[in-house]
Amino acid sequence: MDKHLLSAADLTANDITRVLDTAAHLAKVTDRAIKKVPTLRGRTVCNLFFEDSTRTRISFELAAKRLSADVINFSAKESSVSKGESLKDTAITLEAMGVDAIVIRHGASGAPWRLAEWVEAVVVNAGDGTHEHPTQALLDLYTMRQRFPSFDGLKVAIVGDVLHSRVARSNVLALTTMGAEVTLVAPPTLLPARVETWGAAVSYDLDAVLPKQDVVMMLRVQLERQRAGFFPSLREYARLYGLDARRLDAMADHAIVMHPGPMNRGVEIAAEVADSIERSVIADQVANGISVRMALLYLLLGGPEVVA
Amino acid sequence: MSGPQLVLDAADVGRALVRIAHEIVERNKGTDGLVVVGIHTRGVPLARRLAAKLGEIEGRQVPAGALDVAMYRDDIGMRPPQATHDTELPFDLAGRVVVLVDDVLYTGRTVRAALDALTDFGRPRAIQLAVLVDRGHRELPLRADYVGKNLPTAPDQAVRVQLAETDGSDGVVIEGPARKAVAS
Amino acid sequence: MSRLLLKGGRLVDPASGHDGPADVLVDDGRVAEVGPELDATGAEVVDCGGLVVCPGLVDLHVHLREPGREDAETIETGSRAAALGGYTAVCPMPNTDPVADNAGVVEMVAARGREVGLVDVFPVGAVTVGQRGSELAELGAMARSAARVDCFSDDGLPIREARLLRLALEYTRAFDAVIADHAQDASLTDGAQMHEGEVSAMLGLAGWPAAAEEMVVARDLLLAELTGGRLHLCHVSTGGAVELVRAAKGRGVRVTAEAAPHHLSLTDEAARSYDPVFKVNPPLREKADVEAVRLGLADGTIDAIATDHAPHAREDKEVEWSTAPPGMLGLETALAVTLTELVGDPAPGARDPQPPIPGPPNREGSPPGSGGAPAVHSPSGYLDLATAIERLTTGPGRCRRVPGHGGPVAPGTPANLAVFDPAATWTVDRARLASRARNTPFHGRELRGRVVHTLLRGAFTVRDGLAQR
Repeated sequence: MDKHLLSAADLTANDITRVLDTAAHLAKVTDRAIKKVPTLRGRTVCNLFFEDSTRTRISFELAAKRLSADVINFSAKESSVSKGESLKDTAITLEAMGVDAIVIRHGASGAPWRLAEWVEAVVVNAGDGTHEHPTQALLDLYTMRQRFPSFDGLKVAIVGDVLHSRVARSNVLALTTMGAEVTLVAPPTLLPARVETWGAAVSYDLDAVLPKQDVVMMLRVQLERQRAGFFPSLREYARLYGLDARRLDAMADHAIVMHPGPMNRGVEIAAEVADSIERSVIADQVANGISVRMALLYLLLGGPEVVA
Repeated sequence: MSGPQLVLDAADVGRALVRIAHEIVERNKGTDGLVVVGIHTRGVPLARRLAAKLGEIEGRQVPAGALDVAMYRDDIGMRPPQATHDTELPFDLAGRVVVLVDDVLYTGRTVRAALDALTDFGRPRAIQLAVLVDRGHRELPLRADYVGKNLPTAPDQAVRVQLAETDGSDGVVIEGPARKAVAS
Repeated sequence: MSRLLLKGGRLVDPASGHDGPADVLVDDGRVAEVGPELDATGAEVVDCGGLVVCPGLVDLHVHLREPGREDAETIETGSRAAALGGYTAVCPMPNTDPVADNAGVVEMVAARGREVGLVDVFPVGAVTVGQRGSELAELGAMARSAARVDCFSDDGLPIREARLLRLALEYTRAFDAVIADHAQDASLTDGAQMHEGEVSAMLGLAGWPAAAEEMVVARDLLLAELTGGRLHLCHVSTGGAVELVRAAKGRGVRVTAEAAPHHLSLTDEAARSYDPVFKVNPPLREKADVEAVRLGLADGTIDAIATDHAPHAREDKEVEWSTAPPGMLGLETALAVTLTELVGDPAPGARDPQPPIPGPPNREGSPPGSGGAPAVHSPSGYLDLATAIERLTTGPGRCRRVPGHGGPVAPGTPANLAVFDPAATWTVDRARLASRARNTPFHGRELRGRVVHTLLRGAFTVRDGLAQR
């Protein structure tokens, strides 16, 4: 693996398998009386979150603590610090404090790349702008692997605002690396330019795609997208691209629904199905998220680079 | 000639295990409250074999488990991260005598890690250590209670234990620069 | 004033068509004689063996930041950078603070340039008051001022209203001035960070489609045709824009166009590093666009190379991509980039310059050569040397008046000259540029072509590669 985890494209199929295997073993730590191993004792992990995300931050924090690392939390709302000073000055400060790893979530695409230029520490991308969220993709793959024996030929549909979704980008990269068949479903306005070069199929018709899928990943649709005119109304979006009871029925029996959270009820997920889906989705996210992040921290901090 | 040299064949390995099993029974006056835990990777099949042998000798089942010590190593950060394996300890450790099993005892650091790992799971009454091969060069004040074979070696040599479960056949092989290994 | 003999060089003078060995005798600030084996009596001999002598370069489009952002650049530091790049004339854009939308500010800028004395400064005046796009600035007053402004632009910003551009094109016919437009449709580029394409989609950066430039170019050309006014298109960057200009010129529209060295050599792939040194407006485009701009420069559709030299304070560019202001330096590297990327190797059998492979992010302060900008590789040359120099000297002079600059190098003309070594290679080190800023996209790249001397009215502003002031 590379020194940093910035993009899902950084990971080979071997790397991904390694992460998922290690996560499976580390998942057992949670079941022990002493939910800790001493592996990263004396190391310091900093959660550098410029965007609110309690769930992801706590997940990383718990993962680091279960490996006996020390954790610093740095929350900086972008609006409260003047431009430029926030990231580089913060990087210099953290470098001086001697942290071993920085987990960064930032509203600007590419911020982790800039950070990596200014620090010696290992940098983990916990979500940058509308670009990537590689640890989310890994935890999504972990969840899929719990239910399906192989990624090879696994049919995964990613539905929703692909254009602005970092979860979508990272998942497309990781899934295609592992040999899955990905289909992107969205209105044309919410698909990126040249998306046909991404190695995934593209469709505007959710009903046509659904019955054949093993995994259906619903992306969150932010309300400001409607205000910006990407689709005429939330009602129209829900009608064409929302997951409701009828569409749930149309899915194969073995198929699963995933969602990176939090859900917009009545938009991408109809209220009547949200409850039943939400419980299992959240449970997966929380438990698997910690295991996958523990595995990542171990593999990134546990020693010099491994050539996969 | 520094090619691999077979110092224990399959029959030797089998006999050593039988002897160790008897020593365990003798020292613990039976197998009451005994569990056998193998250290990944090759300690695990050895532990299972020992547990089976102990079961034969005393006529009652002895539980076996597996312990992964990757997370407890003292050289984290100095070498590439080691692969992890499953830890299975399907029993309560409290009040038990744990016989830790590994294939080769060398610097002692793996055993130290195993002791730490085990302690995180519970508090055994006692821990004893059984190894197929002791090759010397301890870096920590640890010793084995039961040894299949003492094998003095030079640090630039490698000792490889092969087991039917992992390698197809049983045997112990020494490899390394031109020195004759002196078998005691 | 001293008497100088520039001896033994290859004189490339596009205005007169000269391209061959010739000596140039300079006396009292003017070219006294041009010819082979000139008499050196009373003159200091400057050995130009193996070097090219040409008119001093002219840059139609620079940002000197003074007044207002002297932390990024001043007229002095910008002039020095220009002289080191072989320039003897620059045209600073009016997006300063205060905006150069009246006679007072343009005269101040020109005067300051004279005071520094390293290049001649020909200010560009703003088209609209404050560059706010609603009312015309006092174009006549600026034209008649001591600065003799003959080119107006709201550069940095597009002229949004067609009505206003039409008025400007008509009004300036009275003093034969040119309106230079920055072609960008605001609504299509709202929040845009880089060129819209495969790279922007993968990088999660809002894209700027080529159409946003082309539709405004089309509008501007139609208005130029309608009004008979003179139009100049700043920093043309897309294949579609080049096509439109070519067709318009074919119809006889009075339009000239410029292209920047970075649009002639870099693509949107450079953004993958997320280093905002590659963020620029218009953005770096795709390979096909770079190719089209090169061909446009070669066939004369694009008249001039103009750097759009845009210095930014160091801390302004050491941020996340989306927060950084767009703009790149250009004055000190323009000639070399042109020679390296467009002209091809002068020495037969010599190896073509290899673009460095983009490496992992660089630590600050790491030595140059350890990482660089990916470029479109130019195997054999799009222009010959003479044409390249034309686009840097005489070509700009076709777009607007820069009296005394651009050639011809003939007896009686002011001795504004550049002397350069076309074969010398050097590695760009941003820490060693004369500009106050460091945002050059060519840091670490090896380039071919190095300025040795620059003369402004017969006096050395740069001698042996060193600025004289």
